[in-house]
Amino acid sequence: MARPPPPAGPILFPSLLLPFLIATAAAASAAANEEFTEELLLRPLPDRKALAHFYFRSSAPPAASIGRHHHLFPKAISQLVKKYHISELELSFTQGRWNYEQWGGFDPMSTSNAKPPGVELWAVFDLPLSEIDATWKNLTHTLSGLFCASINFLESSTSFSAPRWGFKLNEGNLRYGALPREAVCTENLTPWLKLLPCRDKAGIASLLYRPSIYKGYYHSQKLKLRSSQSLGIILDQTLTVVLQPNTISGKQVQSNHGQLQPSWSMRHLFNRKLSEKCFVSKSSRIFIEVDKGIVDKVNKSGSDLSWNNEFFVLSNGPDRLIKDLNNLEVQSSSIYEYDVSNYTEENPFDVGITWKLPLIWSCTPSPFHASRFLMGSGNERGSIALSFMSTNLHKKKFGSTNDCSIKAVIFQIVPWYVKVYYHSLEIFINGNQKPVSEVVDKIHVTPSEDKLLPGTLEMVLRFPCSMQSATLTLDFDKGFLHIDEYPPDANQGFDIPSALVSFPEFTSARNYPEIDPLLGSPLLENFQEDSVVKSYTEVLLVPLTTPDFSMPYNVITFTCTVLALYFGSLLNALRRRIGEEERELKKTGKLIIEFLFLENSNPHLTSLNSTAVTRHGLIPQLLAKLRGQKVDPTELGSSSESIGSKKLLFKVVFVAVAAVLFHYFSTNS
Amino acid sequence: VVLKNSITVMESSAKQETQPKPRLIVRLGVFLASHHILFSVICCSAGIIALLLLPSLAKNTYLSENALIPGSANPLFSTEDAIEANRFMKGIEAVAGDSIGGIDMAKFIAQQIEDMGAEVCYHKFLPHSKHFHPLKFFTSMSKDMAIQPNGTDTNFGINTIGIIRAPRGDGKEAIVLVTPYNSQRVHSNELLSLALGFSVFSLLSRAAWLSKDIVWVSADSQFGEYASVSAWLNQYHNPVFLSHSVISDTKIYGADHIYDGNTEKGEFKAFKRAGTMAAALIFKVGQTRRYGDRDSVTMYAEASNGQMPNLDLLNVVHYLAVHRQGFRVNIAAFSSLLSSAWLRVISEFFHTLGTVLRKINPDWKLDIAVPDYVEGTANLANSIYNQALGVPTGSHGAFRDYQVDAVSLEFSPTFNVRNENAKSLFLLRGGRLVEGVVRSVNNLLEKFHQSFFLYFLTAPSKFISVGVYMIPFALLLAPLPIVAAALADGRKTMEKLAEKSIDDNKANGSAGFLQSKGGSWKWLQAAKVLFVIQLWAVLVSLLPYYITQIPGATPMQSAVIWAMLSIVILIALYVMFGSPYSAGVEWKLLKATMITSISIGLGLMSIINFATAQLGALIVIPMCLFSRPLKARSGMNFLPRAVLLASNITLAALGFPPAALLILKGLSKGSWTVAVGDFWVWMEFLWEWSSATYLYLFLVHLPCWLLCIHVLLHPCRQAESKMKQE
Repeated sequence: MARPPPPAGPILFPSLLLPFLIATAAAASAAANEEFTEELLLRPLPDRKALAHFYFRSSAPPAASIGRHHHLFPKAISQLVKKYHISELELSFTQGRWNYEQWGGFDPMSTSNAKPPGVELWAVFDLPLSEIDATWKNLTHTLSGLFCASINFLESSTSFSAPRWGFKLNEGNLRYGALPREAVCTENLTPWLKLLPCRDKAGIASLLYRPSIYKGYYHSQKLKLRSSQSLGIILDQTLTVVLQPNTISGKQVQSNHGQLQPSWSMRHLFNRKLSEKCFVSKSSRIFIEVDKGIVDKVNKSGSDLSWNNEFFVLSNGPDRLIKDLNNLEVQSSSIYEYDVSNYTEENPFDVGITWKLPLIWSCTPSPFHASRFLMGSGNERGSIALSFMSTNLHKKKFGSTNDCSIKAVIFQIVPWYVKVYYHSLEIFINGNQKPVSEVVDKIHVTPSEDKLLPGTLEMVLRFPCSMQSATLTLDFDKGFLHIDEYPPDANQGFDIPSALVSFPEFTSARNYPEIDPLLGSPLLENFQEDSVVKSYTEVLLVPLTTPDFSMPYNVITFTCTVLALYFGSLLNALRRRIGEEERELKKTGKLIIEFLFLENSNPHLTSLNSTAVTRHGLIPQLLAKLRGQKVDPTELGSSSESIGSKKLLFKVVFVAVAAVLFHYFSTNS
Repeated sequence: VVLKNSITVMESSAKQETQPKPRLIVRLGVFLASHHILFSVICCSAGIIALLLLPSLAKNTYLSENALIPGSANPLFSTEDAIEANRFMKGIEAVAGDSIGGIDMAKFIAQQIEDMGAEVCYHKFLPHSKHFHPLKFFTSMSKDMAIQPNGTDTNFGINTIGIIRAPRGDGKEAIVLVTPYNSQRVHSNELLSLALGFSVFSLLSRAAWLSKDIVWVSADSQFGEYASVSAWLNQYHNPVFLSHSVISDTKIYGADHIYDGNTEKGEFKAFKRAGTMAAALIFKVGQTRRYGDRDSVTMYAEASNGQMPNLDLLNVVHYLAVHRQGFRVNIAAFSSLLSSAWLRVISEFFHTLGTVLRKINPDWKLDIAVPDYVEGTANLANSIYNQALGVPTGSHGAFRDYQVDAVSLEFSPTFNVRNENAKSLFLLRGGRLVEGVVRSVNNLLEKFHQSFFLYFLTAPSKFISVGVYMIPFALLLAPLPIVAAALADGRKTMEKLAEKSIDDNKANGSAGFLQSKGGSWKWLQAAKVLFVIQLWAVLVSLLPYYITQIPGATPMQSAVIWAMLSIVILIALYVMFGSPYSAGVEWKLLKATMITSISIGLGLMSIINFATAQLGALIVIPMCLFSRPLKARSGMNFLPRAVLLASNITLAALGFPPAALLILKGLSKGSWTVAVGDFWVWMEFLWEWSSATYLYLFLVHLPCWLLCIHVLLHPCRQAESKMKQE
């Protein structure tokens, strides 16, 4: 860009052409390496809803081979990665809560795509430890600009932390932050779509009709980056939505049993047709996944798990059926695969599921259902409780051995104004209090520092398999904030971000032995990765004491009055000398008397003092006379004074009554 | 008055000009103290007049929080929902007819909620046992742990709780709906309120606009509405994790196990929670009325110790009920006041005064119509009374203990229960009202904080804010320090005068001279008397704890034991510390000490529960100010002296707490008889609800009354005897 501005005229043409030529040349050399794939997974859910999971992967080869220019890969991302030396990054925007009980807690979908409400960002840097915090701050600002979100609030050291092993094992180069209150809407989706080569103009992304995807029960858009010298940069963009299919009858029927699941198709769910694939994508696939629950039922009924079986029928025949076989070679779930590259605008692709028989199934839950809640009331203190309810999964997995134990890792960030007393950790298992040392294997606490650091708790627990319920409680005091530190809408309360509970002994990896490793489906590859079962707990809302923001004026006036009274009386007490004042008073009295006396007796002196008299004016003279009279109490005494005051009183009352009467009659008439 | 005062102040200041000038505030104090009788008469009468003027000073309510926007959305509650409610009602009627216990109804409700796709859980609880904990209101509720039923109990209540998770919400906040019903004695209007609750809940489960979770509690009110809701709230906020073992747990939760329905899991239903509660709405259908043209809704808002929900919540309910659904909104009133003749006279007087004042200044709008004034006074009296009693008027009180704004609505429909059309119409309007309130609260981003928390209601849409209702109390309280100072000072100046005139009149002066030898430490004697009496009051207030331990005592026996023990303790304390008269305390000092203590007591009480302090001040302050030894010599004529004596005795009689009970009973119920046991029952009622009024009665009112009696019975001997000695 440092080239001098080209002169107008014939030179303009080559100067316009030059970048284009360079770009095409670069594309020619790198086209083989830069890849883009788009995929969509649809799944019926047990509570009559449908899950849609969009998966887009763009990858760029190592930087050395392509230079600074990209064919498909978004330049903004590659610049970001290079500038901040990111080796891993994940940013998610989520609205709504993942229902771990109904939608599953043990499959790749819930472990890697269920995210806490709001924004969650974590990144691993390939930098010396001392530079990481500064880089994180710059990164948050960049992302905040890139995604039109207030991610820059994560810049302050009070809002992010550096977990060592509770979140993800690392060497101190990971930073984690969450903004539970961030609202998610189209303004965040649009920049996310801009990173796709076809945006939402063609391909699977064209299904993203805003009114239908924002109407859902859960909406989570995620961006995951991995970068290394050997791999280059891999950018995974996923969007997970849970939608309520509109049933034909119009009215949604809630009842679970005795009624058919709603039948739906892609056109129903998204109000859009999928006409063609994004032309630059390497592959473009749509999967329909049926849960283990359904597969079991179908197998039990004796029929074959084809696309048209006893329970349901898919509107199109799939290109392929992929079965997930777990370790015991028992089929758990299966996926019907469709390739959309063959469809055109005249022949749009649509697939749907039509139910034939009522079917009730449930998803595999995580080993423990974790939930978190607040205890206590008032503005002074409270407790955080984390409760685990066993789902008895281990019995299914390991048989009914009761002497085993299950490991659970808890990662929790608490803002500094919630002052947690970590020593007050109490653990109740099956209603009995257990000593902490018996249950906790390993604990790492970073205590919070006021206005500087949030508190971080990382903890490994070991629960006996026979446990039905466990509760952890931690007491806290509520802190006070400075008036500038209150966020807008402070009266809503303050959020404690979700805690993350993971079960490292359980992995949710799928196993597709039949799949061709060269098929190149990043979504299925992702499903096959070893990911630990984890679940996020609820966000908590802590009401703190808030000042009355609407009354700064009152506060100012009150404090000023108090200060004025205080300083006034203090000054008065300090510099007033009562003895001297008395003397002064007597002296002036004497002087006045002398003066009056002189005035009366010696007419020669009046001329001398005339200047003084004129300067004093009428009122001081009157006052002086009054004083003179009073000093001499023998003759006039109090009688004349009381008569005078009565007269005055009478006059004042008369004037007041006259005024009232005048007013009365004037308004009356 | 102010004018007069200022002029007299000017006068006095003019007088003192020759002397070294003391500070203005000191001069003002001295001046007021020297005119303390006039000042206290003026202040007290002004206070009482201001209190009577309160109904005319009431302002119209307005919505402070703009986010509420009530009634801006069209209600979605349709006739289909009303049909749904009818279907539910038929179902539960059938179940209620068959069942003996309450479990079947709970099961039916839970089944219905589950079919709707919402989460459901049960909460079992035991009735609250009566505890004597008068100081409970000081300690936060977190100390009070949840009571869990243990295996041996068969008599327990079951609340059924349904929770809707807001589709796109983050689950941080929740709105609570409560419908109480008695599972033991089923009443058709309670079933109607359950049906109303269910239809609203089912509508909300389909609503896409929810941002806060909805919790519907169908509270089993067999032990009282308050007990069920407070037990649930306690479990929600302060759960107990300790239990004996899971096996016994499952046994205890037998009721939970009865219901496993179609769930294959068979796991017992754990207590479920939503987030922080934003607001709660309790609604029930009361008895149908035969008269009246419109269905009406009665709002109850008073929680424990005079706490009120945010006025905005009441405003939303009132606005939607009146302007959208056409209900008539009432608040509870003292009906006996509505027909009282003296109130009518007062109101007419104020009306004429108001019209005159209005002609002088059109901005003074004090001339409210006579019926309005009477109704406003009846409502205001009830509002003050309920706040002063410190006992919640319904289950909303339980929410206020956890800083949740809550209001109870009682619908009084005017139709016959068999009239299906009228019933459907009523369900439609009731459902729309509840839906509208939920929608408004759902709009809130912050919790209720904009509008008033301290107010009295004179009509459903008229309120008196704290700034206005403080005035009568302040006026009543103002003379107390002045009078106390005047009394204490008056004694000293008397001595000084006596010293001065000692040469002129030896017979009079010597007494004063002798007295002054006691010096300025004389007040210590009075303080000792006060201390002894306060100690007695503390002991008397704690006695019920021991009396309640006596098994099988009737209220009357308990009351008699209480009274006897109190007298015995008083005598014992006098024996230990000496009788108040033996030390030779002057009555003026005694009165000054009493007034000081009562002003401190009332000041403290006004912070805890303003209405109690207000009512207490109305009784105690005239009693204190009037009190004067019956034997005291005065230079008055017979008539004024007789009047003074008579008023002294009447006020002292009125000040006795049981007498106050009698008056309250007479005012509210119209029966003027009271048994000895009633007092005990009344006190039991107060401490059971941990009302601060109990503490006020025994630590402020009773010692003051006893000191008053002491002043009245003061022998006034010392001066005379000393004179005789001379």
